Amino acid sequence: MNSEPLLLATPSGDALKLRPEGPWTAANVSALETLSRSVGAEVDRSRVVTLDLSGVSALDTLGAWVLEKLSRRAASSGRSAEFVGVADHFSGLMDEVRQVNRHTPAPVAEQNPILLRLGDLGKSTVGSREDITIFLQMLGALSMAVIGVLRRPRSLRLTSLIYQLYRIGWQAIPIVALITFLIGAIIAQQGFFHFRRFGAESYTVDMVGILVLRELGVLIVAIMVAGRSGSAYTAELGSMKMREEIDALSTMGLDPVDVLILPRVAALVIALPILAFIGSIAALYGGGLVAQFYGDMAPAIYIARLHEAISVTHFEVGILKAPFMALVIGIVACSEGLRVKGSAESLGRQTTTSVVKSIFLVIVLDGLFAVFFASIGM
Amino acid sequence: MDQSQDEFAIRVRDLVVGFGRQTVLDHLSLDVRRGEILGLVGASGGGKSVLMRTIIGLIPRRAGTIEVMGQPIGGRKKGAATTWGILFQQGALFSSLTVRQNVQFPLRENLKLSQELMDEIAIAKLEMVGLQAQDADKYPAELSGGMTKRVALARALALDPPILFLDEPTSGLDPIAAGDFDALIGTLQKTLGLTVFMVTHDLASLTTVCDRVAALADGKIVAIGPMRELLQSEHPWVRAYFHGKRSQMLQHEMR
Repeated sequence: MNSEPLLLATPSGDALKLRPEGPWTAANVSALETLSRSVGAEVDRSRVVTLDLSGVSALDTLGAWVLEKLSRRAASSGRSAEFVGVADHFSGLMDEVRQVNRHTPAPVAEQNPILLRLGDLGKSTVGSREDITIFLQMLGALSMAVIGVLRRPRSLRLTSLIYQLYRIGWQAIPIVALITFLIGAIIAQQGFFHFRRFGAESYTVDMVGILVLRELGVLIVAIMVAGRSGSAYTAELGSMKMREEIDALSTMGLDPVDVLILPRVAALVIALPILAFIGSIAALYGGGLVAQFYGDMAPAIYIARLHEAISVTHFEVGILKAPFMALVIGIVACSEGLRVKGSAESLGRQTTTSVVKSIFLVIVLDGLFAVFFASIGM
Repeated sequence: MDQSQDEFAIRVRDLVVGFGRQTVLDHLSLDVRRGEILGLVGASGGGKSVLMRTIIGLIPRRAGTIEVMGQPIGGRKKGAATTWGILFQQGALFSSLTVRQNVQFPLRENLKLSQELMDEIAIAKLEMVGLQAQDADKYPAELSGGMTKRVALARALALDPPILFLDEPTSGLDPIAAGDFDALIGTLQKTLGLTVFMVTHDLASLTTVCDRVAALADGKIVAIGPMRELLQSEHPWVRAYFHGKRSQMLQHEMR
């Protein structure tokens, strides 16, 4: 068994005889490419090209195609090419290969990259209007669902609501507490470190208290929930959409908003304030530990200063924001989940969009609340 | 030994496969001859796919030996794509690659060849399985079920492997498309000299393209032979399978 493919070219006047030998298979592809390139010029010069396949020991689609390509090159512009000595067991393959690659697809028109960018910009601008519409539609659908539940309280999916509360509330407590604890500790450490230069160490406690209760506690927790639970909602609803589960629900006369979305969003709205409260306490505790071990401030003094520095208003400002943030996260996560199309890729894309969008909206909402509370003097 | 190496593409001896306490394949033996199309039938959940996946090395075996082209299988080998091509039931196309890139993937990973030739080969394979060049730039999500199967077949055949595994190749296709697919497999098998191992429930495929049919029941091959012989088999499960109401009707129509 000869292991190397060969291509013997015998020119005679206008005619050229090509005799491929050996295994013309995919395993020898680089040799085949070199061989066919090496006779290219001769093929172009000859008027009649004969390809004698009697010496070929093994042939597969790739080898057959390389030969067919040679013959097509030879047969171009009014010249002729033919195959001779094709073994019976190769003839089927050769016939098959003769049919392929006959139609060149229309080349895709090159587009101006600047125009393409501008087009994308325009599309995303129009798309953002669609985003707002979808958000409002989901808000409307949820409101209708809530009204429905208020009319007939028994239609509330209590089991589902409690399960979601367990998942996104109870199971989130350890990680939320840990991260807010660390954030509180870091803020306190920074406060002591920098305020010490002005001899204003005791104001660290004011800073930690106000910052954590008004802003950071709820914001950090909302961002964490958006990443942890919002993404889970999008992925769940998205895969349900992919497997037509949501269509199945609709055809059974059930509204997916009632069955799937309301319990999820309601669970978020209930859980986020609780998590924000736990997070704030953990952050204050972290600050207190740093005060004791790094700022040399006795716990009793820390608590007393905290008592002076903060009021219920600060706590209210923080905790009032939580349900609204939860609503935004829930609506974004669920509507992005329902926008998932057939492919796994779109599931990933929509999940990313959901997390990015809900974190962005949570921060924007926080800013709006800051303006609002400042103007009403809270 | 040489004799058997030439004669058989796949040899399975005393294969035992199980999950947990459940034994799916119980001392199963099966030979697939070189250049034949073997159809494997069995009850749903009876271990047909398990047998196929064990042969290609996706499921570990408890006991027994498997030889493919005279080589015992084991581990994930770099050149696996040159030994066999596999058509998974759902196509298993890479969703982030276009159709063209999917077909080129085995070529790119196993061979050194120019992009131009690779493009031409990919289009050639797609046309051989009955697709058109303009489908090449679509993504798997944009394809219909039948097209997905065809692309998956084109990918399985990309390197002209000597053995082709098909897991329910005609399920989910309409009878015309399924018939075309059978004819296609028959043609490719003849032109490329393939050995085809086909898991199927499609009685029409079994009758028209399969050289031999093996019936898997209770974790064993209970009958093997040409379709004609299987129809005469006395094994109760095989009788139920081929002489049930549904099968009878189909066979009647075919006569």
